[in-house]
Amino acid sequence: MFRDTRTLLILFGLPVVQILLFGFALSNEVKNSPMLVCDYAQDGVSRNLIDKFSANKSFNLEEVLLSHRELNDAFKKGRIKSALVFPPRFETELARFNEAELQFIVDASDPNTANILMTYAAGLVGDYQQSLLLDYSLPYSIQPEIRMLYNPELKPSFTFVPGLLALVLMLVSVMMTSVSIVREKEYGSMEVLLVSPVNPWMLIVAKIVPYLFLALINFITIMLLSITLLDLPVNGSALLLFAESMLFIVTALSLGILISNVAQTQQVAILISLAGLLLPTVLFTGFLFPIENMPLALRYFADLVPSRWYYLIVKSVMIKGLGLLAVWKETLILFLMTASLLFLSFRSFKVRLL
Amino acid sequence: MKEKKVVIDVEGLTKCFGAFKAVDNISFEVFQGEIFGFLGANGAGKTTAMRMLCGLSLPTSGKARVAGFDIYKQSEQVKRNIGYMSQKFSLYEDLTVMENIRLFGGIYGLSHKQIKEKSSELIETLDLIEVSKKLVAALPLGWKQKLAFSIAILHKPQIVFLDEPTGGVDPITRRQFWKLIYKATSESITVFVTTHYMDEAEYCDRISMMVDGRIKALDSPQNLKMHFSASSMDDVFLRLARKAQRQAE
Amino acid sequence: MRVILFLLRKEFVQIFRNRMFLPMIFAMPLVQLLVLPLAANYEMKNIVAVVVDHDRSMVSQQLVEKIAASGYFRIHAYPTSFDEAFSLIEGDRGDLILEIPKDFESRLIERGGSSVFIAVNAINGIKASLGGAYLRQILTSFSSELRERQMPVAAFPPLPLIRLKTSVRFNPIMSYRHFMVPGFLVLLVTIISTYMCGLHAVKEKENGSIEQINVSPVKKYQFILGKLIPFWILGVVVFSLGLFVVARWVYGILPVGSLLLLYAYLLLYLVAMLGLGLLVSTYCHTQQQVMFTMFFFMMIFILMSGLFTPIESMPRWAYLIACCSPITYFTEVARMVILKGSDFSHLHIHIGMMSFFALLFNSWAVINYKKTL
Repeated sequence: MFRDTRTLLILFGLPVVQILLFGFALSNEVKNSPMLVCDYAQDGVSRNLIDKFSANKSFNLEEVLLSHRELNDAFKKGRIKSALVFPPRFETELARFNEAELQFIVDASDPNTANILMTYAAGLVGDYQQSLLLDYSLPYSIQPEIRMLYNPELKPSFTFVPGLLALVLMLVSVMMTSVSIVREKEYGSMEVLLVSPVNPWMLIVAKIVPYLFLALINFITIMLLSITLLDLPVNGSALLLFAESMLFIVTALSLGILISNVAQTQQVAILISLAGLLLPTVLFTGFLFPIENMPLALRYFADLVPSRWYYLIVKSVMIKGLGLLAVWKETLILFLMTASLLFLSFRSFKVRLL
Repeated sequence: MKEKKVVIDVEGLTKCFGAFKAVDNISFEVFQGEIFGFLGANGAGKTTAMRMLCGLSLPTSGKARVAGFDIYKQSEQVKRNIGYMSQKFSLYEDLTVMENIRLFGGIYGLSHKQIKEKSSELIETLDLIEVSKKLVAALPLGWKQKLAFSIAILHKPQIVFLDEPTGGVDPITRRQFWKLIYKATSESITVFVTTHYMDEAEYCDRISMMVDGRIKALDSPQNLKMHFSASSMDDVFLRLARKAQRQAE
Repeated sequence: MRVILFLLRKEFVQIFRNRMFLPMIFAMPLVQLLVLPLAANYEMKNIVAVVVDHDRSMVSQQLVEKIAASGYFRIHAYPTSFDEAFSLIEGDRGDLILEIPKDFESRLIERGGSSVFIAVNAINGIKASLGGAYLRQILTSFSSELRERQMPVAAFPPLPLIRLKTSVRFNPIMSYRHFMVPGFLVLLVTIISTYMCGLHAVKEKENGSIEQINVSPVKKYQFILGKLIPFWILGVVVFSLGLFVVARWVYGILPVGSLLLLYAYLLLYLVAMLGLGLLVSTYCHTQQQVMFTMFFFMMIFILMSGLFTPIESMPRWAYLIACCSPITYFTEVARMVILKGSDFSHLHIHIGMMSFFALLFNSWAVINYKKTL
């Protein structure tokens, strides 16, 4: 495996590229969402409101007067995600009836984005309305004082980097071990070892150690990149973080060994560790979708995914700066997972020996 | 001596991998119906030379005609007229005996009727009746090799190329295998075989000895032994190989 | 043509012979399609609020009740001190703290205004900013209700009111599953077909059977078609099972647009992606290499294709990368046709780009396959 430079390149290049790419590119924020403005009013109030929207980084405005059908087409082409329509005589009506209505149409095929856009639009209109009232000092007003803890700039990388770290370490470790062991099985070199008087435990350990090193190097590279390029803090103990990562890698490697015992060919090992693991790991680590929103059965399932616990540990230690006391539960769970995975691998190893 | 038809005509064939000359300016002719042995130590360039003749790799320079067709310009016709059996067993292990025969019969354009006839004939002569529906992976190596050879001559090619066909096979199967080869020549198929078993060399009509990518000797086994005043082909080979520059891999 | 039939027969026999293969190709994607959309729910409805109420007055209690009734928040605990609340945040048992000061009610009534302190766990930036925004909205409407109740109407001039009338298109119940199911469908078809095709092709190289084919009169394009067509068909079958069985029966998603258009695009897409699989296999010698190379591309394609996060929000350079991924286009097309009922006239760019990818990957693969000889 170490002789194969291409595999090696991918093993080390991959995590680096991914952290850089996704660390900068992935975010669940909504920015530059294309919005169409149909301003039939063309008056002062509509102008002011449009300025407010265009100053907001969530919206990317385009002002055209479109017919109903053209507007529909623009939505169906995916050219716009939302549209703001001012009726004619908007300002006049506001002045006469003290009340006016404008329309905000949003493409809800992506409900998450739609929801965020609606919240932001309502906020912008609300702010503008407040600014019209500046002259009056209103009684009974409650002033909220908001402090953003841990991540005052609201950078998305604070959630995504720990998540990606867990994801990359998990997948790379599981795949490396399962595929290489199955390859040996396919080539028959495993039999040589199995008939030798080597203890199966020793065999497992000997398999784990090189990959542990590989994965640790990956971990260190990712951490260095995140700290230097993505400005992520390490608020807690780096040593603790390192130790926890080592534990997590061993858990993943054990899972890889177990898979290799089940699979007979490389193709099957690949299928299990990739097609079977990729999506569940992406989803149940918890960095893309909140686990508390899932149905109960899936929440229990998520508890079985090791990267979910590691993700919690990384967030607590690295960003919140907490110590072992705060993450002992997660650590214990990873320990137990490792122990049971190794136990299962050991058993299936023995069966093959007999 | 009566004039024989030339089926392989090689002139100055050379293959370089970078600065390394794997095959260095070799020339020879092979006549129809003979068993032409290609001998040499590992790394002498036998396989490389054979792969060029089969159209598996392109020569660096030199000319060659196989079955009357130019290997550069008419590789398609060359392929239609040759059979090939590689060093590593290369039938489909996850197909059954029958399925392999059917596949390669189909590839070489045999009709369904022909495939049916051929396969039942083949399975009978090879004594594979009981395992014809089994996966090839389950067969012992010797049987696999015999099957691979039979499939290589399924479409009655003019020439069949065999790359170390009997590697790792027990002596009895080796003998049976050579019987198959003789049977093929009786059907006027030319056999081009590489080997490093010197006892097998005795079975060939003519032999070329390759050392360091060049042909050092080319004649019938009798004449070679006489020429080098050696008692066996082993002896001949040792005398030639002693001068070799390249170490075997 | 006859040769291709023989090759196809062989490929199908090989695919169906492997006992682990079939359940993997069919069962795994379908089970994932069944389960994963349940997991992918982005709604910010369960923001856990921890309330520290130092005032314990009528008004403060009304405020807390209004927050609890808003639907966005779940009040988790009422600790007595901020420190206690903070430890809940540290243990991930709360998302934000609302601290109401001791003289909240009296200041509100006597001095006409008061303040509250809100601390948000902002590690998840979007959750924090949405939570903050919701809470601010609730506070504003709470104080205007209070005003209406406590003060005579004539006390101050009527406020100008701008009403934002919001209408949602294409997914009126705002179901996240409707959004995710077409996306997952695309993803699973992609993984299964592309991966399998690449692995299957390189397997011949690894075990040497490609030699036997190369000395035979089988032409390159015939061999390549023999590899493509089975996975092309499998891709369509997996997609159909997903669309008609899982999406329709389980999630009740009926495509709004034309099925013909959707399938035509699927076929084009599969040609492109299978070409990519083959291309990768021409550069690799072992299945392991194929796997890692594909893994690299797949991770990038999957995470950057707009499946989970909107591509418009990415920085410019990342957006351009997303535009170079075939998955981006098919994800969009699947959602456009299934959810929005977009028709042919809306998809010119998507069709053009995918044809380009199909042509590029396949001709590149054929050229490179020839060179390897």
